[in-house]
Amino acid sequence: MPEISKPIPAITPEMREFFDGARAGRLMVQKCDSCGTLRFPAHDLCSKCNSTASRWVPVSGRGEVFSFNIMHQLYHPGFASEVPYAVVVVELEEGCKFVSNLLGVKPHDIRCGMQVEVTFEKLSDEVSIPKFRLRAAK
Amino acid sequence: MSLRAKCAIAGLGQTRMGKNFDHPGPIGFAAEAVNLALDDAGLNRADLDGLLVNPGITWFNNPMASTALQNAMGIRDLRLTATMNLGGATAAAMVMHAAQAIDAGMAEVVACVFADAPLRPPSPDKRDGAGSAASYGFAQGLNAHYGLFGVNAQYAFVAQRHMYRYGTTNDHLGAVAVSERDWANLNPVAQFYDTPMSLADYHASRWVVEPFHLYDCCLVSNGGLAVIVTSAERAKTLKRPPVYVLGMGQGHPGGDPLETLVSGAPIARETAFKMAGIKLGDVNFCELYDCYTFTVLVTLEDYGFCKKGEGGPFVASGAIGPGGSLPVNTGGGQLSSFYMWGMTPVAEAIVQMRGDGGRRQVPRHEIGLVSGNGGILATHSTLVLGSQA
Repeated sequence: MPEISKPIPAITPEMREFFDGARAGRLMVQKCDSCGTLRFPAHDLCSKCNSTASRWVPVSGRGEVFSFNIMHQLYHPGFASEVPYAVVVVELEEGCKFVSNLLGVKPHDIRCGMQVEVTFEKLSDEVSIPKFRLRAAK
Repeated sequence: MSLRAKCAIAGLGQTRMGKNFDHPGPIGFAAEAVNLALDDAGLNRADLDGLLVNPGITWFNNPMASTALQNAMGIRDLRLTATMNLGGATAAAMVMHAAQAIDAGMAEVVACVFADAPLRPPSPDKRDGAGSAASYGFAQGLNAHYGLFGVNAQYAFVAQRHMYRYGTTNDHLGAVAVSERDWANLNPVAQFYDTPMSLADYHASRWVVEPFHLYDCCLVSNGGLAVIVTSAERAKTLKRPPVYVLGMGQGHPGGDPLETLVSGAPIARETAFKMAGIKLGDVNFCELYDCYTFTVLVTLEDYGFCKKGEGGPFVASGAIGPGGSLPVNTGGGQLSSFYMWGMTPVAEAIVQMRGDGGRRQVPRHEIGLVSGNGGILATHSTLVLGSQA
């Protein structure tokens, strides 16, 4: 039986630079041109100063697990072989949060505070996706 | 000028709840609820001059749902209407809007209604997931690729963080589920009436999204619920004892709930308690918005019934169940009776205020505290209701 893939995100105009960065192995977030606050995903304005000027900047990709859940329900056939699987919220060192998956750790072994770093999974020539893996403590 | 006791709830209309297929869609449930509420108050459609609607998920995409309901019911010459959406905080917010408009002389008899029909009759041909919470599983873009589907998953993040920060456990969440089930077993119209549940049963129930078991999550219900708000003077002339609106407040904290783990209850409480002229200790019982067990625990903390972070031990003490010091969600709540967004707590408060609770009637019911909550702890509404002006 052919395997059904997970939903592949469309590259929307406001997220183009994020996907350009991911393809090149860089995690990109939006930075407010006016006050420097970082945000993700793309928003029209900065929630701190309301400036609409922003640019995409690379970040370290290092952070820690801020929270997580373990999904037991199947909402899409692409996850049929993985349930239960975990979704994590990573707080990046630079301060903004990123929803993703943590590779190489069984869902029930995940803990808040785990130190993680970004890695990229290539889905197609156009789309690569940031995921996270454990990193050695400093 | 304070609106304390200027208005009252004079009518309550509740359809059958749960796997109810009496109507093909939400408008039929809404109309039935409004007519039941008018009958309860001893009024008729011609008396209505205000209609406020919170459409559920099956008519969410109708930006003028209240006009659709007005036309469906053939109601003429309204002076007030609105389709409102603060998520689960809407029900109490509709009562607030009604009370303000009545006090301002803009309307006199206002129906506030919620209805929804996400469940479909069982189909002989296929099992397609209808009749489940599938309607709430929306996701797109990156979140869909990571497998983050639905509201359950978002709340699970917040609950997990609360566990990490404060030591909250599934035993604590389970205590809320068991307490509400105990109440539901005293409520013949609850979907989980006559269905006892122990803490062991709770732990044995399947995971939906950890840290939430099945019984941490609210029900999904077909049905409609309406209340009639009018002036206190008019309410005294009607069929049923008035339930006075003593205090009203809202709180919408903004920001990231994962960071704060706080709802809008502290802000709303300040406004509502000041208007009502009450203190926390004056509250006889609570009807708290319970999309999840976790939401009850956080709301109790945020109102100040216990210290921040101590909601777990507080609910595990047995305080909120039948016979406890602070009865909470006395009909079984949205976890064990039925899910009509914020209308479930509003309706149960009216039942208790009137002394209509039967076996679940709380001994003291002069002051009841009602909360609504929408989004991920994003919106909050508080009503303080009183059996005396």
